[in-house]
Amino acid sequence: MIPIFIMNGILVVIAILLVVAEKFLVTYGECKITINKEKILTVSGGENLLSYFGQNKIFIPSACGGKATCGYCKVEVLSGGGHILPTEEVFIPRKDRLKGVRLACQVKVKNDIDVLISSDLLEAQEFKVTVSQIKDLTSDIKLVYLRLDEPSSLKFKPGQYVQFKIPETDELRAYSIASPPSSENAIELVVRLVPGGICSTYIHEVLDINDTITITGPFGDFYLREDSGRNIVCIGGGCGMAPIRSILLHLKEKGIPRKTMYFFGARSKKDLFFTEELFALEREYPNFKYIPALSEPKPHDNWDGETGLITQVVERLVHDGPNTEAYLCGPPPMIDASIKVLTKKGVHEIHIYYDKF
Amino acid sequence: MNTTSPLILLIASIFTHNIALTYILGMCPFIVISKNFKTAVGMGVSIIFVVTLTAVINWPIYWLILVPAKAQIVSYLIFIIVIAATVQLLEMLIEKFFPTLQSSFGIFLPLITVNCIVLAVCLFMVLRNYNFIQTVFYSFGTSAGWAFAIVIMAAIKEKLALVADIPLGLRGAGITMIIAGLMAFAFMGFAGMITLQ
Repeated sequence: MIPIFIMNGILVVIAILLVVAEKFLVTYGECKITINKEKILTVSGGENLLSYFGQNKIFIPSACGGKATCGYCKVEVLSGGGHILPTEEVFIPRKDRLKGVRLACQVKVKNDIDVLISSDLLEAQEFKVTVSQIKDLTSDIKLVYLRLDEPSSLKFKPGQYVQFKIPETDELRAYSIASPPSSENAIELVVRLVPGGICSTYIHEVLDINDTITITGPFGDFYLREDSGRNIVCIGGGCGMAPIRSILLHLKEKGIPRKTMYFFGARSKKDLFFTEELFALEREYPNFKYIPALSEPKPHDNWDGETGLITQVVERLVHDGPNTEAYLCGPPPMIDASIKVLTKKGVHEIHIYYDKF
Repeated sequence: MNTTSPLILLIASIFTHNIALTYILGMCPFIVISKNFKTAVGMGVSIIFVVTLTAVINWPIYWLILVPAKAQIVSYLIFIIVIAATVQLLEMLIEKFFPTLQSSFGIFLPLITVNCIVLAVCLFMVLRNYNFIQTVFYSFGTSAGWAFAIVIMAAIKEKLALVADIPLGLRGAGITMIIAGLMAFAFMGFAGMITLQ
């Protein structure tokens, strides 16, 4: 008995000591956060920038929840942010450091602070959505239909993504929108089951029709550049299908006459999805060509299309590089290899847009 | 009571009984934070500070409260809680009074809370019956020895990054363990000097 009393006694003393110390030591008073020189948030210091942004409905992308492991929540801190922390250095290249780029989750607000956020991010909003349908696309990829409830419409550029908040947690994961911007009241997400991934497991195992969830968005600078007339080459793999499908449907709906090729890499026939839809699109929209390629076709696939790695197929079929712009979405090794092939074909590096995940 | 002279303890804990190289304790930051000389120094200084301070606080709690009350059984719990609280308090104090220090080594403090050498020092001081003065010297020596080791490691790794062509599979933790092994050999050269019980 006595050890328990002693232990609790010491615990109480320590707890009181900490509370008292916090009261006297941690006082920041009111701090002003000035955003883009116009919007001012008045907060009572002590927390990090990212959480103040969240409280004030400014949605900066963040996938790790403030642990400085994802590097998404970059903002430019003009003054009042203190020195860059070693935890951030990994994510911020030297030339950005000079501009004052920081990770919002690592900047503790202790005094007035002046930040720049790109205006795209300020447009991001929080949406309440309802799951209206869930469809299996392949054995490990699902298509999730979300109906927007509040606000009821989401304006985005084809290729952008939203963040899906796992209910009752603070975990956020990014998913590209697979539907075209014309459907403002309902969006579709393509979710691949990542072994051990908490959000994709949630979506695959727990999420059900009529569930209500919260998403934020739109985010991302991977979107269709509509002001150019160059030919378009899209390269996708796995659920990298999503943003590219949005881009393609948008091109077709707007009747944009740019010559478009879409290379989709998969292992065997069972990993292909939206195949019917894309071939139908090819028939309705003559500028467009869909080129799926299998790297390991099975004998029973009866595959007579392209085979080999997607980069080899791209190398064979893409000509006129300098007049081409490319949209790549898929796993990092695929993107890195594709960039090499495209630059070799004469595509300018500034015209290659990509989204790695 | 242990009768080793405090000065001998100090030297022994730095060289012959270096906690990182002979006991292989405190390895997580030793491997991860030793990429860069400056951060290694920051981490080392923070460790010296926290280890010495917590040992000095835990000694009277153990001998003046737990032992008379025959409550040694909860000593592990108490040690850990005291360590966590001390680090918290230290963080607040540094932030309030030394904001410049905060950015250079304050950020390591939360990492140290769960470092095993902080607890190890408190447990060794009990196990070996050190008196208060011995504890002060021992805890300072041990943490200084650890800081010494991580700073050497960081210096070697910085140099390696510039000149060495390390095989792909060994980069990162692999080469760090090999360097640590070689350093431990070097420190074995001190072994005959002093023997602690």
